[in-house]
Amino acid sequence: MSAQAKDEHIDHGPGDGYSHGTHRSYLTGFGLAVVLTAIPFWLVMSGVLNTQTTILIVFACAFVQIIVHAIYFLHLDTRSESGWTLMAFVFTVVIVGITIIGSIWIMYHLDVNMMPMGPGKLPGAS
Amino acid sequence: MSSLTRDKETEPVIWHPVEEEGHGHGGGATLIGFWIYLMSDALIFAALFATFGVLSTNYAGGPQPKEIFDLPLVALNTGLLLISSITFGFAMLEMQANRIGGTRLWLIITALFGVGFIGIELYEFSHLIAEGAGPQRSAFLSAFFTLVGTHGLHVTFGLIWIVVLLVQIAQRGLIVENQRRLICLSMFWHFLDIIWIGVFTFVYLLGVLR
Amino acid sequence: MNDALLKTIFGRLTWESFPLHEPILLVTFIVVILLGAGIVGAVTYFRLWGWLWRDWFTSVDHKKIGIMYIILGIIMLLRGFADALMMRAQQAMAFGANEGYLPSHHYDQICTAHGTLMIFFVAIPLVVGIVNFVMPLQIGARDVAFPFLNNLSFWLTVAGALLVMVSLFVGEFAKTGWLSYAPLAGIEYSPDTGVDYYLWALQIAGIGTTLSGINMVATIIKMRAPGMTMMKMPVFVWTALCSNVLVVAIFPALTVAFMLLMLDRYVGTNFFTNDLGGNPMMYWNLVWIWGHPEVYVLILPVFGIYSEVTSTFTGKRLFGYSSMVYATVVITILSYIVWLHHFFTMGSGASVNSFFGIATMVISIPTGAKIFNWLFTMYRGQIRYDLPMMWVIAFMLTFVVGGMTGVLLAVPPADFVLHNSLFLVAHFHNVIIGGVVFGLFAGIIYWFPKAFGFHLDPTWGKVGFWGWVIGYWIAWTPIYIVGLMGVPRRVNYIEDASLQPYFIVAAIGALIILVGILGFVMSIVMGIVKRDKLRDVTGDPWNGRTLEWSTASPPPAYNFAFTPMIHDLDAWYDMKSRGYERPVEGYRPIHMPRNTGAGVILSALALVFGFAMIWYIWWLAAVALLGLFIVAIGHTFNYNRDYYIPSEDVMQIESQRLQALKSAGA
Repeated sequence: MSAQAKDEHIDHGPGDGYSHGTHRSYLTGFGLAVVLTAIPFWLVMSGVLNTQTTILIVFACAFVQIIVHAIYFLHLDTRSESGWTLMAFVFTVVIVGITIIGSIWIMYHLDVNMMPMGPGKLPGAS
Repeated sequence: MSSLTRDKETEPVIWHPVEEEGHGHGGGATLIGFWIYLMSDALIFAALFATFGVLSTNYAGGPQPKEIFDLPLVALNTGLLLISSITFGFAMLEMQANRIGGTRLWLIITALFGVGFIGIELYEFSHLIAEGAGPQRSAFLSAFFTLVGTHGLHVTFGLIWIVVLLVQIAQRGLIVENQRRLICLSMFWHFLDIIWIGVFTFVYLLGVLR
Repeated sequence: MNDALLKTIFGRLTWESFPLHEPILLVTFIVVILLGAGIVGAVTYFRLWGWLWRDWFTSVDHKKIGIMYIILGIIMLLRGFADALMMRAQQAMAFGANEGYLPSHHYDQICTAHGTLMIFFVAIPLVVGIVNFVMPLQIGARDVAFPFLNNLSFWLTVAGALLVMVSLFVGEFAKTGWLSYAPLAGIEYSPDTGVDYYLWALQIAGIGTTLSGINMVATIIKMRAPGMTMMKMPVFVWTALCSNVLVVAIFPALTVAFMLLMLDRYVGTNFFTNDLGGNPMMYWNLVWIWGHPEVYVLILPVFGIYSEVTSTFTGKRLFGYSSMVYATVVITILSYIVWLHHFFTMGSGASVNSFFGIATMVISIPTGAKIFNWLFTMYRGQIRYDLPMMWVIAFMLTFVVGGMTGVLLAVPPADFVLHNSLFLVAHFHNVIIGGVVFGLFAGIIYWFPKAFGFHLDPTWGKVGFWGWVIGYWIAWTPIYIVGLMGVPRRVNYIEDASLQPYFIVAAIGALIILVGILGFVMSIVMGIVKRDKLRDVTGDPWNGRTLEWSTASPPPAYNFAFTPMIHDLDAWYDMKSRGYERPVEGYRPIHMPRNTGAGVILSALALVFGFAMIWYIWWLAAVALLGLFIVAIGHTFNYNRDYYIPSEDVMQIESQRLQALKSAGA
């Protein structure tokens, strides 16, 4: 692209080491995101596959799409801020995973042990 | 450098580097600082997702996701937010090219899509509440309204921020401070899009599959 | 006026909200009013308001903000300790026929306020304050990354503290324990204002702490002096980094837990209720996702202080620097996967309990490694037993016991016996007093001459030291024993009178700690009185090793006239040992952030907003919220945020300093 001169301009401007996109990278990201959004919606709304497989694919699409967004829109790479951005991102992903999976794991076991009927089947405890 | 000066004891050690004019304050750290804020915000959502995950089947005899989620509407909303992401990208490209007019135009377009998103979400919420599926009905609905509502509140803040920046760009042009703010806002906006991926997957699609 | 109108104007605030019928509170209230009036009067009489506002309240200087944090922490320590004394007195007398002097609704508030204040408004401000003051100096920076944000963080913390103080005299504070567990803290069981005070105070202060965490992490990442690679950072900076990374990572969980509880209380949602599908244990889960790492938020920087002090006072480089760093990082990560050990008895079953039990035991390994590092640093060192070093020794002897009872509690079957007992209370006081508090005293005494240019009075300092150490052991050993026998926590009356002697001994211990606190306060007072005798002009009174000791005491606003270049760990020691000479010319103008009152105004509005929400004064809340928005957005229109200190001024300050150094013969 014709961003040579502009590159320089921005590097001396708002932040050193901030990476930014080009027309092409934004459009690539957008295209991928559209596909990765369309697939899960279509699968769920049409119901062509069984539930188990659908859930797997839906989650896989979401996972990939988050990475697509991070790379093409948030410009996540190994270079910006000497890698601190990426490190913070990975750390956050780990903590997010611990928080969500840990909580669900703990509370699921609580329900299994303390509410023999299973949470979903409780008819409004009130 | 350090090992060099160590080995050659005869050479004088440099104790003070030559400083650049105006270096070392605020500016350089803003982007990483804002990034860290976003990570912190991501953990707000993580806790909300965890709560939703734990309470998502506690219907308390009330409505279930299948009965109340309108997937075509969610798909439309998702589309709006996704398009607003790419239009914000275009605004950033215009900013890099130092074109004020283009930057403002794309920002306004982004804001319009954002308003559309919020409008549809408010419509969905009011509809649900009118049906008797309000946040007080069951733990599942409490968690649903809070998670989706918190995301919507963030988008609303983003919209206010866009308006403020439009004014500031009109006042002072694309000066370094404003460029920095635009970069932060773009990160914020794209970050919200990532959260939305989690919301439509975890809340809506998974809810309907249950 | 009719009731509806009064309700619109004042919400649920009525004359009954003022506890005029409670003699203890009334006396406290009068004393506080008199004290407050005295302070305001004195400040007005000496015409200090302008100076306070210009030089301190609106200051964005990290050193001044750090000092203000520490002052806040010490004031709140006095309040929190008064609560402790009242509880000890009640527990020492309430046996058999004697019900003591505190009715349970009052005792419960004191118990809650004590825990809340000590963690959120004593430990956190003191730790944040020391990090604020020391860390930028240690990395050779002129300020933090976001100086205005730093000021705002501080004032938000003050706003939270003020809300807790207001609850003393307007309405009442929470009676729900220091974490306000649901469902007790829900609207059904706690309909009054107590829990609302708790939630808004901590929410406002919590935002301040989160912002401060972001600020410190960005500062350490971006503003280190040239040459200071990660593995050349002082250990204190490393621990500050890990602690603040944790702050950023955990406070969101607390914010969410409080937010959801607020929604339950204000909107009628069903997150933590007993009916309609709510799950009170989810509150515990979220709160402890914050709560356990929070312990490490406090203790890690304090470990950093111990490392700096040990290394300085033994005249040696810290033993095992890299193992210390790795231990810190490992603790940071492990601290995030142990939270369930706070509610083993909830009933998650064997698999979940074993995982969290083992993770908890594992975390003691890096902590133990640190103890050995300090011991090996002292080994064959030239140890100088100045006060900071004495605190380190006391810490090692005390903290290890607390660590071991912690490992004991980490075993789920043992926890089933000991949970909710005074044994647990003794354990966490053991690690927090013996770990955090001792270290904070070490840090304050160590860096006080840096901040003010004179030492604290060492004689009174020793009174403070012995009072705390002896008092701690006398107060908490009996509590350990009765806890092991099964006395539950959070009670204001015990039937079995045979246990009374233990509690009397504990009360005596608390009084000895009071002597320790007074000794510390006296060491400040006498330090100020005898400041000319205790003066330090070298800026390096302890023969320090890190960069902060290369500056003047107190350091000039810009910290370093010339940014230092770092070649080695223990940068200042390196400079001294290789014959560093201060430059005498070539000064340049220095770029500095400008003071601003926006932080004070925003926090004042947040305080009003919180108060209005607590009392259901909706119009006032709306006005305050609108004000918050307008001021915050208005602040972004201010682009004129920095200025240059002219090089002549820098030269004048620096040559005065060189003069002083020369006349001191350094």
